[in-house]
Amino acid sequence: MKDIPRFSRRRLIGSFAVTGAAAMLLPRIALPQQRAILTRPIPSSKEAIPVVGLGSWITFNVGDDPVARDACMEVMRAFFEDGGRLIDSSPMYGSSQKVIGYGLAKLKQPPSLFSAEKVWISSGSRGPGQIETSRRYWGVPRFDLLQVHNLLSWEDHLKTLFAMKAAGQVRYVGITTSEGRRHRDIEQIMRTQPLDFVQVTYNILDREVEERILPLARDRGIAVIVNRPFREGELTKKLQRHPLPNWAAEIDCTSWAQTILKFIVTHPAVTCAIPATTRVDHVRENLAAARGRLPDAAMRARMVAHVEKL
Amino acid sequence: MSEWWTYSLADFLMFSPRTYYRLFELYNLAIWPLQIVALALGVAILALLLRGGVWRGRAVAAMLAVCWAWVAWAYFLERYDTINWAASYFAVGFVIEALLLVWTGVVRDRLRFRPGSDLIGRAGICIVLFALFLLPLIGPLAGRPWLQVELFGVAPDPTAIATTGVLIASHRTHWELLIIPLLWCVISGTTLWTMQSPDALVVPAVAALVLALLGWKTLLPRLPSRHEA
Repeated sequence: MKDIPRFSRRRLIGSFAVTGAAAMLLPRIALPQQRAILTRPIPSSKEAIPVVGLGSWITFNVGDDPVARDACMEVMRAFFEDGGRLIDSSPMYGSSQKVIGYGLAKLKQPPSLFSAEKVWISSGSRGPGQIETSRRYWGVPRFDLLQVHNLLSWEDHLKTLFAMKAAGQVRYVGITTSEGRRHRDIEQIMRTQPLDFVQVTYNILDREVEERILPLARDRGIAVIVNRPFREGELTKKLQRHPLPNWAAEIDCTSWAQTILKFIVTHPAVTCAIPATTRVDHVRENLAAARGRLPDAAMRARMVAHVEKL
Repeated sequence: MSEWWTYSLADFLMFSPRTYYRLFELYNLAIWPLQIVALALGVAILALLLRGGVWRGRAVAAMLAVCWAWVAWAYFLERYDTINWAASYFAVGFVIEALLLVWTGVVRDRLRFRPGSDLIGRAGICIVLFALFLLPLIGPLAGRPWLQVELFGVAPDPTAIATTGVLIASHRTHWELLIIPLLWCVISGTTLWTMQSPDALVVPAVAALVLALLGWKTLLPRLPSRHEA
């Protein structure tokens, strides 16, 4: 198992206990703004991770462009500086894995990194080879989390991943989907397989997972990673045409992006959202959503009602 | 792919417009001054189309084949492949087109031109001219930097469009040579459309014009005989 500094782990768990749990329990406005980042425990291990991670779909696929690679590295630097840990990628994302590896090498392999990768290949027997290639691109000794991307050949790949976990070659195993696809299959696998993580699309307008998958994740003790929190930027673009409502200040949000992220990460079943960005100011803004006062259930309902009207 | 009907074009776009156009910028810097050689080839093709000569069919086919093969290797495999895993398939298509040009035009010497003799032939010349000199200007006119210019012989779009112009100007319609260029026009247009590029429709519009001209070219000779019948 990857060694995480004990003081860090305690601090992270502690910060969740203070900011996260308390905010869930207290009515609407919970706490004064704090520097500690909101974390959530992975149910299968109780290891706490920050509720805002970093996705890499499109944004980190910059090929060999040295300027863009350095820009991505700066995004990663800001991400780690502001307390971020989980970075997610996939063999499907073009050069993203290599760009992450480039950034990690430049940043001297930040010890707080929580590496989340995927296996995405139709042949089950070629899964281990693809995982090894991904690992070399990242330049990490092993991944923290490996997920079956979009359930492609999931039966074969899950066997591989569980065997790797048993052998200590990966710490957590998961499955992914996006944009509401194959939810019945996702549910079935969640019910029958000893998963640590499931990754789904969830945001203030795409809330289908609230019905069954998120409650099931809580029941089964499965951590939830949320992808497409901004609908690949379409949602924030749309919302930016409207003024930020006054109630956003009550939950310490200064932008729509923060508001949307706070909505996502305050669902009790959600462990981490993974917005992707190419900009340092945006990654800092995203991580700010993991700090400050949090919306309670009534505020969350108000947020939905407001955004749906826009 | 399961639930394929739930996918949109945007789901297949795996890079940002900035990354896509930066690719051309870095590519142009890396291959300079080959653009001048490519442009010279384009002008030579144009001259051969207009002036004639026994070897012109073979020469035009050979020069086009070199351009298609270069784009396959230098652009698709060396550059585009770094941001799009489908690029290697596009490279295969471009190599096939190069081989077809060699087989049909160089080995079998089946390309014959009469560009100035009729409207279709003149239209073919105009399309080649457009690909060589006007199409590269559209990017800068749309606000993109000059370094990101896409030129005949080194970038896929103007190479494909110029090839369709040459084939329009040929005496016979070589459908076997037209399929890949036209298909590429659709792929490129779709990519630009998904990226919301302002010039997304230019290349597909030229492809549509080429198809219309080919339809005219194919049907026109038959009309009088039907009328007489």
